[in-house]
Amino acid sequence: MTKTPEQKEIGTTGHSWDGIEELNNPLPRWWVWILYATIVWGIGYTIAYPAWPMISGATPGLLGYSTRANVAADIAAVEAANAELMDQLATVDLASLPENESLHSFAINGGAAVFRANCSQCHGSGAAGVQASGYPSLLDDDWLWGGTIDEIAYTVTNGIRNEQSPDARWTQMPAFGEMLSGEEIGQLVAHVQAISGQDHDATLAAAGAPLFLDNCSACHGEAGEGNRDMGAPRLTDAIWLYGGDADTLTETITNARFGVMPAWSEEWRSAGGLSAAEVNAVAAYVHQLGGGE
Amino acid sequence: MSSSDTPPSLYAAREPVFPRRVKGPFRQMKWAIMVVTLGIYYITPWIRWDRGPNLPDQAVLIDMAGRRFFFFWIEIWPHEFYFVAGLLIMAGLGLFLFTSALGRVWCGYACPQTVWTDLFILTERWIEGDRNARVRLWNARWDARKVRLRTTKWIVWLAIGLATGGAWVFYFADAPTLAMNLVTGQAPAIAYTTMAILSFTTFFMGGVAREQVCIYACPWPRIQAAMMDEDTITIGYREWRGEPRGKKRVEGAGDCIDCMACVNVCPTGIDIRDGQQMACITCGLCIDACDDVMAKIGKPRGLIDYFTLKDEEIERAGGTAKHIWRHIFRPRTILYTSLWSLVGAGLLFALFIRSDIEMTVAPVRNPIFITQSDGTIRNVYDIRLLNKYGEPRLFHLSLSSDEILRIDIEGADERSVLVPADTTQQVRVYVSARPDDPAASAERTDFRFWAEDLVSGDRTSTDTHFNGKVQ
Repeated sequence: MTKTPEQKEIGTTGHSWDGIEELNNPLPRWWVWILYATIVWGIGYTIAYPAWPMISGATPGLLGYSTRANVAADIAAVEAANAELMDQLATVDLASLPENESLHSFAINGGAAVFRANCSQCHGSGAAGVQASGYPSLLDDDWLWGGTIDEIAYTVTNGIRNEQSPDARWTQMPAFGEMLSGEEIGQLVAHVQAISGQDHDATLAAAGAPLFLDNCSACHGEAGEGNRDMGAPRLTDAIWLYGGDADTLTETITNARFGVMPAWSEEWRSAGGLSAAEVNAVAAYVHQLGGGE
Repeated sequence: MSSSDTPPSLYAAREPVFPRRVKGPFRQMKWAIMVVTLGIYYITPWIRWDRGPNLPDQAVLIDMAGRRFFFFWIEIWPHEFYFVAGLLIMAGLGLFLFTSALGRVWCGYACPQTVWTDLFILTERWIEGDRNARVRLWNARWDARKVRLRTTKWIVWLAIGLATGGAWVFYFADAPTLAMNLVTGQAPAIAYTTMAILSFTTFFMGGVAREQVCIYACPWPRIQAAMMDEDTITIGYREWRGEPRGKKRVEGAGDCIDCMACVNVCPTGIDIRDGQQMACITCGLCIDACDDVMAKIGKPRGLIDYFTLKDEEIERAGGTAKHIWRHIFRPRTILYTSLWSLVGAGLLFALFIRSDIEMTVAPVRNPIFITQSDGTIRNVYDIRLLNKYGEPRLFHLSLSSDEILRIDIEGADERSVLVPADTTQQVRVYVSARPDDPAASAERTDFRFWAEDLVSGDRTSTDTHFNGKVQ
């Protein structure tokens, strides 16, 4: 068999199958050493680090390395670094918090995290609330119970109409369907639409005015201006907790509403409660969303 | 059928290479390039550039912690990383251009592996002598002299490696401060680690691995084939003139006297007379060596020379090669040059139109609008203001629109925001339309945010829109 010039020059490995010969282009020897070195390294690695799967978990490795422990240590380090600020935040005078720029900024950022984890389920991740369920928007300038940082912190701590905290904000609207006739309720609805500047039936509204004074003004005020001490919403503005259309108002007056918010302070919860610092943080966060007073 | 001989080893030991000293124009050029490139590398971090009191005064600084890249009068922020991407694209296109025109000129002259290997071979020659002395030393037994020479050489190499790694870390911190901290042991561990790693790799790549990196580890020799063609200038042996090689006086002999000068000076240890090969980095040293020999035996220079494969065909047929520029100017290189210039012009343009203040607007769309108690419709925007000046600047925010819209800033009575020096400040901005204004009930109202730096008068704007409450 004749050989090509290449075969003559480079030589072959001597392997031949059906006349096909293998050229010998040898690898550099150090390449092979690197292969052996990686094998040795690999064995050492599996001894030093967690590697071999066993029935319950893996071999821990001689160095005791653990990503979980690393994360725990990182978290502990961050908490230690923040400990002083958290202590300050727990006891700070909330009214003056915005003047303390660094602590306020810390509170807002921490409060945003608290909000996303605990509050966004009802109030929404953007804090816009859900009107259909009566979860109020926290972005506007209307507050049922008060919009200062202190008032917000109180609401977060104790909640509204719950059985957890004895200090929960608590009032209850009667179900007027048991006391008033359907016609009277229709007149009240027209009156409420009138004082809130909506299209309404003037005759019905005029008839509803004395009914409002008799039944509603004790809480909502004679002019429907609302009362924050009772969490009674103002009825003259453009913001509605459940909705300002006739059907929703009829439903509200007939069957009343009973919106509940849990108490979030760890004092009132067996698990998953917020510390004083966390309550203050989330109050500061909500306060600076646009509607804070 | 199988050969009856013992099969040859599948693994080859490295053939040590002992390049001989050579003189000539290409060697001169390589020295010059080595001085310039190493000079740039070592000196750059020490150049000072005054940027005012709040900014570093190092001309070239990669500030990882502060996320800034300083290059003389240019300061690159992370969101301007496209400048770096553009430079990398230009580097790639430049490499294409040079390879298609001049072959592996990068490998032969400018590649750090080549430059540092050259430096290591130079120091090796100073300490152990030229090729013959080094071959003898290689074969010699380990006596006191060999130990002394080898130790000296390794210490010098280690010093070069240390200086290489040392220079590298100066690009990432204030060089004089870091130098002082390095000496007093107060520099961060990462600086020492980086220096240690780079010292080792420099020592190993330049002193031990050398041509093995080019032949076995580097992808470039494999890629270059795609960029070279028959018009690419590369190094070759005029075999039709040189062969048959042999003694000068033999009748009918070619110009090559088989003196092995070209082989002895080759830093990758190849014989260029075997033709084009992957291990050739086209450094031109064999040309210098051969020209020297040709001069001595009274033959014209250029037995080994830069020429193209097309020239080879022409010359074999007895013609005269085209002029070098006729090879360089061809559609392919013109295309690469155009693309390169295009990217470069684009980057320059981007550099000149960018302002020292910037604003990004992120409309908050959760919810898309907020109804206030008096029926006012409010939209929220997260605005990030960038102040690239070395001093705090007061930004005045305003908007322009066909409709009536009001602007407010969270937590501020004024419509001005103080942005600290060389940083960004995020503010939440409220834009409102009163209930009777058209924007309050229009689905979409376009408007433009303006930010004005009250000191310099610089203005920047961003278009966005306002969502109304559709009845």
